[in-house]
Amino acid sequence: MSNAAQRFVNIGERTNVTGSAKFRKLVAAGDYAEALSVARQQVESGAQAIDVNMDEGLLDSKAAMVTFLNLIAAEPDIARVPIMIDSSKWEVIEAGLQCVQGKAIVNSISMKEGEAVFLDQARKCLRYGAAVVVMAFDEQGQADTARRKIDICARAYRLLIEKLDFPPEDIIFDPNIFAVATGIEEHDNYALDFIEATRAIKQLLPFARVSGGVSNISFSFRGNEPVRRAMHSVFLYHAIAAGMDMGIVNAGDLPVYDDIDPELREAVEDVILNRRRDATERLVALAPKFKADKGAEKTVDLAWRSLPADERLAYALVHGIDAHVVEDTEEMRLVSERPLHVIEGPLMRGMSQVGDLFGAGKMFLPQVVKSARVMKKAVAHLIPFMEAEKSSGPRQAAGKIVLATVKGDVHDIGKNIVGVVLQCNNYEVIDLGVMVPAQKILDTARAVKADIIGLSGLITPSLEEMCHVASEMERQGFDVPLLIGGATTSKVHTAVKIHPHYSRGQTVYVTDASRAVGVATSLLSLEQRGAYVAEIQADYARVAEAHAAGRREGPRLSLEAARANRAVKDWRGYVPPHPAMLGVKAFDAYDLAEIARTIDWTPFFQSWDLVGRYPLIFDDPNSGKAARALFDDAQAMLRRIVEEKLVTARAVIGLWPANRLGADDIEVFEDETRTTRLAVFHTLRQQMARSQARPNFALADFIAPPGTPDYIGAFAVTAGIGEDEVAMRFAAAHDDYSAILFKALCDRLAEAFAERLHQRVRTEFWAYAPSETLSNEALIAEEYQGIRPAPGYPAQPDHTEKGTIFRLLEAEAKAGIRLTESFAMWPGASVSGLYFSHPEAVYFGIGKIERDQVEDYARRKGWTMAQAERWLAPILNYDPARNAAA
Amino acid sequence: MTRAERIELLKKAAQERILILDGSWGTMIQQKKLEEADYRGERFKNHTHPLKGDNDLLCLTRGDIVTALHDLYYGAGADISETNTFNATAISQADYALEGAVRDMNLAAAHLAREAADRWTAKEPHKPRFVAGSIGPMNRALSISPDVNDPAKRSVTFDAVYAAYREQALALHEGGVDLFLIETVFDTLNAKVAIKAILDLEDEGYERLPIWISGTITDRSGRTLSGQTVEAFWNSIKHAKPFAVGLNCALGAEMMRPYIDELSRVADTLISAHPNAGLPNAFGEYDERPHQTCAMLHEWAEHGLVNILGGCCGTTPEHIAAIAKAVEGLPPRRVPSRPRALRLSGLEPFELLA
Repeated sequence: MSNAAQRFVNIGERTNVTGSAKFRKLVAAGDYAEALSVARQQVESGAQAIDVNMDEGLLDSKAAMVTFLNLIAAEPDIARVPIMIDSSKWEVIEAGLQCVQGKAIVNSISMKEGEAVFLDQARKCLRYGAAVVVMAFDEQGQADTARRKIDICARAYRLLIEKLDFPPEDIIFDPNIFAVATGIEEHDNYALDFIEATRAIKQLLPFARVSGGVSNISFSFRGNEPVRRAMHSVFLYHAIAAGMDMGIVNAGDLPVYDDIDPELREAVEDVILNRRRDATERLVALAPKFKADKGAEKTVDLAWRSLPADERLAYALVHGIDAHVVEDTEEMRLVSERPLHVIEGPLMRGMSQVGDLFGAGKMFLPQVVKSARVMKKAVAHLIPFMEAEKSSGPRQAAGKIVLATVKGDVHDIGKNIVGVVLQCNNYEVIDLGVMVPAQKILDTARAVKADIIGLSGLITPSLEEMCHVASEMERQGFDVPLLIGGATTSKVHTAVKIHPHYSRGQTVYVTDASRAVGVATSLLSLEQRGAYVAEIQADYARVAEAHAAGRREGPRLSLEAARANRAVKDWRGYVPPHPAMLGVKAFDAYDLAEIARTIDWTPFFQSWDLVGRYPLIFDDPNSGKAARALFDDAQAMLRRIVEEKLVTARAVIGLWPANRLGADDIEVFEDETRTTRLAVFHTLRQQMARSQARPNFALADFIAPPGTPDYIGAFAVTAGIGEDEVAMRFAAAHDDYSAILFKALCDRLAEAFAERLHQRVRTEFWAYAPSETLSNEALIAEEYQGIRPAPGYPAQPDHTEKGTIFRLLEAEAKAGIRLTESFAMWPGASVSGLYFSHPEAVYFGIGKIERDQVEDYARRKGWTMAQAERWLAPILNYDPARNAAA
Repeated sequence: MTRAERIELLKKAAQERILILDGSWGTMIQQKKLEEADYRGERFKNHTHPLKGDNDLLCLTRGDIVTALHDLYYGAGADISETNTFNATAISQADYALEGAVRDMNLAAAHLAREAADRWTAKEPHKPRFVAGSIGPMNRALSISPDVNDPAKRSVTFDAVYAAYREQALALHEGGVDLFLIETVFDTLNAKVAIKAILDLEDEGYERLPIWISGTITDRSGRTLSGQTVEAFWNSIKHAKPFAVGLNCALGAEMMRPYIDELSRVADTLISAHPNAGLPNAFGEYDERPHQTCAMLHEWAEHGLVNILGGCCGTTPEHIAAIAKAVEGLPPRRVPSRPRALRLSGLEPFELLA
């Protein structure tokens, strides 16, 4: 292969903010001099072109691209090589093209958004005089199998040559290098898929080239550079032999294939070539042996054990290590006058260090929660001694806070995190749990003399319940601050709807858990309180005013006009697919391992206030390490959940004959005779004025009118049977971290379960897409036909529709899920919704609706106007308190 | 004769013989010792800025001089004469506050050249004459910072350069030129913008005209002012599928030869050269005589290096007549076919053969 290898083109990868944390930091800090030296180092180490990528959410990518390319132009030792302008955003690419005098490579364009966009961008590349990297990506998504890669590349090649006379030698295909050895079986063949596609492309598409981002292949071995380098080297060895022409690599940092330790090379080769089923496990087992600096790290790890006991406690708290906390606490207790002094002394000092680091953004929520676990264990050890010592007074807390998830709502992960964070900062937290009635919250607050009450909720009806709590606090003479948080809450809602109900005390919206301490401290500090409250009140007055001014959304349509602009107007020639199964089917104790494979991790990190897309989040220079640590813990917990069957996953799905009823409703029938009505689903319709050819959607649009036999499906799934018992066991062991981690994973499992069942419905039960094969990424990106909208979400904001779904499915009997009075599902780790199969079915947001629709909807649902306005409160485009004529 | 027919004739003629381009315009106009009033004419009598030296303006105010020069060069044997529009862009004319007259300048220049060419073609049908719309480099560069302390800075934006070239190219097209000559390229990025502006005209339904691109190697380093080697320059602009590519200005024939040789080797299209009349003397004058210039260019032709020859700074109708005579009857260079390969460039070329 030496000849091919010599010709192989190394494209420097280090000038890429998504691949190099160092480069990203330099660019973010505006240190372009140092950033240029990264580029120079790449060229000096043999890069024959350099890949420049500035795609980072916090950067002005376009400006950074222009600045950096302009600077390169002034550096002859860098500018001598061609530039690969790398961005997922066309406007950044175009800005880059406008800066280079040489002939560059655009990385990349694809048929992701269809042929028209693809050809338009390719034509522009021709006009700017650039070669192009074409990604194996089409309207259906990124190609993962060799077959798809080859098909897409062949199609793109044909289009470019036939439509644009594009020089074939200027086409470079990137058939997608994906990570292998991820533990997910479907990924095992990714390297071979790439290699096979490469071979075919080089044979079938004359003069075209093949390139790829090599470091993707070893993504699962982040942190173990020696293994990663070996993987790159072995992968390239085989890919180059198959015809790969160039690759984005860390130039000068590849070991020679023959120099790799034979044991490692064998294991890596097994993985790359998918030679044995246990290849991944074997490489994982072998990897630590080759990790650099292993010995050095161990020494550092243990050094802290030789510190004095109080410093060991502080160290354990900051690093979240609970292995030695009991013995260290005990050592301190023996030398302290009173057990309380251990808490007030070394433990509180450690926790305030944690608080400072967290406040400075140097620690992240998962780490703080781990610190709290250490703290709790220490305190638990001391409590018997304090109780024995009768004279011991109560410890002086910073304040007492009563927390609760309001009646009708079961979501508590965010609330639990807030509780832990507050405890870390020396607040005494009385957590009343979920579904707590207003009176219980107020009685407790009075009994414990709470300094603050905090309310949490996730579903929209909880907003109404929070208003109720606020007005009861007013009526019953409370004046303590009221904190509002949770996914559906907002500053606007707090300012406009809750704050006015409670004039005796201050209501404060808390954006996320990390703010809770600051808010609580300001509210309870005698010095700060006055100014802080005045500031909030002024802010809320502004917000309310702006809201009133901007309340009416732009031009609106009457319900009648919106209906005239419905989606899917023409049903002629369309035959709705007949389901392979009709009626209801229940699944008990579904295989958790199968579910776990389809988890979408990005929202998991969000629930911990770690922002970023999985897996790029691991690269984040600030929170990447915390995210990685959290992910490792989550993987371990997930293994426990699966192996020890900590929860049971249950589900029920149903498919029935259905037709549209009137304009916006869906009639569900018992059988194909379509004579006996089982139920009616009501849907809401968008009323925003549409400028282009965009319809005013309602879900009913995706169901055929009478005369065309159509079908609808529904589902209710849970991964939370047994969830609460396990969470309580963790909490009882003073391990809030594991309790929260566990509940967050149950939520993810429920979502993944819904995704997996939807896939089976498409391929197996409704079977309208029997041959669909999608990667997990494609599933997460919803690249399939059909939708599964859930009541309470933007396409159908009315939670009460869950009642109909549950009745049809007998979800409580068949899946063990029940609805609360606010139509929240219990257990919390549950998902329910409808299935639509129509190819044009899409997710959309209803937006705000007008009075005419609310009147119509109330009539259809058999509600009074007041009931309708209560359930639809968050989406009304008018103030129901005002006269209808106004 | 339609323009499309003329372009066919041009391509046919290029296969048969070495074509002759005209010589310097600046040198010839300088010899006229014109005064401020000549430049201003009636139309710009009250213009706020001094206009002496704005040679392109003469297309509007002293059309007679422009026509006379076309006649001198066509008479000397030139097949192709350039419009007098080297600086007729909004960016270059900003020095004279004449941005608003740019379209008129280019239209008038094209009309004058067209009229002269058609007259000569009618007179000598066996030797049709052609008009190349001259597009100069502008006085601002997109790849070069005007401030040594701020290397990322640029004195002009891509969009401004694009708009200026578009305006010029459109007016030249409407005025009736047979092809575009993007010449004296010292910053390849500027040339790439001109290329894009021209290619984009096709989207608006304008007939595609041949593009001829001529770069400038500034000294013995063998590089353009913006730092590219000859081959890197070619890789950067070959997407224009140029009718011809060449070098002009800065160097005399003697020093230009190795770079023409290199370009001739790498470019699979016609090769042109219009060198200066040697290097300027201490007074900024060119004193290479016509017989000296033509002796060197004769040698190039003998070695099959070129398809089009002409002159730049310091050359006169005498030089052009001498060159035309010297290469008469010699075969033009045969355009080589090169193996397909991925060819890119930074300041230096990159090639990946199949």
